[in-house]
Amino acid sequence: MMPDTYEHRRYGNDHDRYGWDYSARRAPLRIGGEVKAGAFIVVPLEFFPLNPSGKPFLHPGAMVTPYPDLRHYTTRDYGLRVGVYRILKELESRGLKATFAVNALLLDYCAPLIDRIRAAGHEIAAHGLSTDHIHHAGLSLDEERHLISETCARFDAHGLRPTTWMSPARTQSFNTPDLVREAGFTACLDWEMDQVPIAMKTNHGALDCLPLLNELNDVNLLTGKRQTESEWVAQILAAARLLLDEHARRGAQLFGFTLTPYVVGQPFRIHALRELLDALVRQEQLLLTSASDLLDAFKQPAE
Amino acid sequence: MTRHADPNLYDFWPYEHRPKIVWPGGKKLAFWIAPNIEYYEFDPPANPSRKPWPRGNPDVVAFSQRDYGNRIGHLRLMELLDKYGLRGSVSLNIALIDHHPEIIEDCVKRNWEFFSHGIYNTRYSYGMSEDAERSMLHDCIMSVEKMTGQRIRGYLAPALTHTERTIDLIAENDFWYTCDLFQDDQPQPLKTTSGKLVSLPYSLEINDVITYGALAQSPARYTDVLKRHFDQLLEEGEQSGTVMCIPLHAYLVAQPHRIAAFEDALQHITSHADDVWFATGAEIAQYFRETYWDQSIQDIRTRGVPRAGTGFANLSGHP
Repeated sequence: MMPDTYEHRRYGNDHDRYGWDYSARRAPLRIGGEVKAGAFIVVPLEFFPLNPSGKPFLHPGAMVTPYPDLRHYTTRDYGLRVGVYRILKELESRGLKATFAVNALLLDYCAPLIDRIRAAGHEIAAHGLSTDHIHHAGLSLDEERHLISETCARFDAHGLRPTTWMSPARTQSFNTPDLVREAGFTACLDWEMDQVPIAMKTNHGALDCLPLLNELNDVNLLTGKRQTESEWVAQILAAARLLLDEHARRGAQLFGFTLTPYVVGQPFRIHALRELLDALVRQEQLLLTSASDLLDAFKQPAE
Repeated sequence: MTRHADPNLYDFWPYEHRPKIVWPGGKKLAFWIAPNIEYYEFDPPANPSRKPWPRGNPDVVAFSQRDYGNRIGHLRLMELLDKYGLRGSVSLNIALIDHHPEIIEDCVKRNWEFFSHGIYNTRYSYGMSEDAERSMLHDCIMSVEKMTGQRIRGYLAPALTHTERTIDLIAENDFWYTCDLFQDDQPQPLKTTSGKLVSLPYSLEINDVITYGALAQSPARYTDVLKRHFDQLLEEGEQSGTVMCIPLHAYLVAQPHRIAAFEDALQHITSHADDVWFATGAEIAQYFRETYWDQSIQDIRTRGVPRAGTGFANLSGHP
């Protein structure tokens, strides 16, 4: 038997997407204004087809029972018709902006919702075509490029030019960063390796990665892990407070969390969103906004 | 068979700024309770799409727990609802009429409504021919009429299993409402080939099969979820009337350690009698059909995204 070889065994990462940058050895990030920490809000608007291929895996929240699984189809659709409007109301009554990450196949289906989100000044990010169009290493370069160009064409048809990309299921192939940058996206919400924006290298220039925390994902915590709403709220608040507390030593840091309409938008859960947003807004040195606004703020150097 | 991405059973309709619904008596929220009165067969036939008892036949704990619901649980629930002057809308496995007519008699005495939940909860609609599904529906209608004199108007597919034809077939058989779709907190007209069928809010999220069964929540948590769900929908009902249903399964909610938690929620809900219409499924569906059907269709045309065709038909151009 041949001994194992370790061709990428070296100092730093085993890939070239971004450099190894140990937080202990870098200068704290100082940004302009009073802001000491940031949090961005992502509201995924997802299409769960009744006939998913499940390739290469079934997206979380996809159909469960044999076809036609009207039960899960309509439960997810509840988020788009009802739940998201509760979230919008709570955001807007506090003057908050969020990033709505939209599956392109939804743009026609719920056009009035998209128009309304846009008119209210929220960010619209591209979230691929649908939950059944996952980007993965089993796709050829051309197949994946086609998924992205199809996504962009659908946004174009609605007069939308999103600059932020989030992959369906936040899953990528080895080529995804190059292809989304090539298509004109400049920010990405799939990677969460740091607490500051990281400019990832692609063959078409830099792609800014903002950390959307999987460990705070509302679908996971509230449905998968069956945590209570108050446990969910407490964890997001703890994250915000810790980053504020660390500011003196570590400088400005940020994180993102999701508000999924079919989960948080339930009548019995929406009180928790009110409590969460009220408590976050009370943190005066926390900038709570969309991913793109937060990225802009983090790119403003301290005066 | 082509499997469709989108069932096209209804059109997108934003919850915000809908025309106002006011329930009878100026009420803001229509509240109904749906006890599922079910029969799970001890030794059901195999179904290629789904195993009736996941552990295999027989599953004595699972079977006998459900039988406990029939022997003790329903009665406990009936007495509790009597105490608060509430009527149930029974989601009925029709074979129960033959197995346990005493339960039906007790419901009839209380003037409860019945709607169809198929023949047995261990028989699934998957793969059913059109003729078989039609004759199952006919059996449901005739069996309840024979036993109670009531013409059933509502449907919840057995074990929530469907064919592409289910919704059209119940509309064609002059059902008024279906509990099979979960897309809204208000009723909505469905796109069927005939009839006038309302999608009536039932619930999975606050259904005891989910809260106690799937999620293993504590009784205190169940009470909290019900109260919060009610409070939010009552508040929104000021803008336009909402619907709240509490689906129940006596084998879960009427367990001795849980029934008090349900009573706690009922106390809270019934203390808002000035704003709440305590109704049955058919009463809500009928009122909606007679009063708000046209207004809703008009608003969907104006502010929603109307699409051609009916359920599972004429879907060209959809994702």
